[in-house]
Amino acid sequence: MVKGSFYILLFYFLGELLSKLIHGFIPGSVLGMILLFLALFFKILDPGKVRSVATTITKNMAVFFVPAGVGLMVYAELVSNSLVAIVAAITVSTALTIITVALIQERLEKRRKKGEVKHE
Amino acid sequence: MEQIRPYINNEVFLLALVMGSFYLGIIVYKKTNITLLQPLLIAMLIIIPFLKITGIEYQTFYNHTRILNFMLGPSVVALGYVLYEQMEHVKGNVLSILTAVFVGSVVGIISVVLIAKAFGADKVLMASLAPKSVTTPIAISLAEKTGGIPALTAAFVVVCGIFGGLVGPVILRKIGVKSKIAKGLAMGSASHALGTARALEMGALEGAISGLAIGIMGIMTALLIPFAEMLF
Repeated sequence: MVKGSFYILLFYFLGELLSKLIHGFIPGSVLGMILLFLALFFKILDPGKVRSVATTITKNMAVFFVPAGVGLMVYAELVSNSLVAIVAAITVSTALTIITVALIQERLEKRRKKGEVKHE
Repeated sequence: MEQIRPYINNEVFLLALVMGSFYLGIIVYKKTNITLLQPLLIAMLIIIPFLKITGIEYQTFYNHTRILNFMLGPSVVALGYVLYEQMEHVKGNVLSILTAVFVGSVVGIISVVLIAKAFGADKVLMASLAPKSVTTPIAISLAEKTGGIPALTAAFVVVCGIFGGLVGPVILRKIGVKSKIAKGLAMGSASHALGTARALEMGALEGAISGLAIGIMGIMTALLIPFAEMLF
């Protein structure tokens, strides 16, 4: 628990430092995630050291959104004023994202498999 | 109300309220098995009226429960571990996965911003909408950076997750996608954890790939949002 928390916070801190260096272009937490991934991938950090803390907090992540989510009560007016724009933008864009990602991945996968057959 | 407020307007009570209403949300969600009834949504539906009735200001509530908000940062970092765990499912597909998610991210951001703009949305609203497809903690920090409203973004992310989770499988069937990797990747890229929950119902590989997509989409979007600001 303490060990895992230390490593998570250490990588969070390193991410924040890096974020400052690039003038906040990417949030520190995202950079911390990338750094932690790289440390695990290149075997600099033993996955066992962060496993239990990382799985615990990611499994229960949704509860951390509550304080931000409740903030919606302050913006009820703004949301109802722009409801059409919000709903149209979210639904169309989400559908487009699903279609784009699925089709590109499927095409590229097929192409790769064909290529493999040719090489053999 | 005036008499009881001093007893409930503190960290201990409000944190217990958050945990309690979320716990209730989990029970309702599991019992009903309705995608729309997300624990987060149920918790919000309990807490918001509660604060209105008792007259506790949002800012006060936020200050008393800020430890939960702080935890968003470490949980994003912890996603690095989840990403690492899912690497084995990727094997020879690294390049295609990165390409598909990158293009998906570009299409998602541009379309959401331009459609909102066409309907007369202002800069704040566009900045709050732009990171809608990524997992909430990343989305919130991105919204903050570009002048959006974190609370709005949190709500949009949930709406986006619920919508994608509901219609995603239907869309994938309609366009005839067969690849399990493509299905999981699309669900996770568009609808983060809620999409992943639905992808898991399709199969274990779809679920794992969808989980991977959450992380990659988060990184891609974080890289692209600063450029998207030009569209606002």
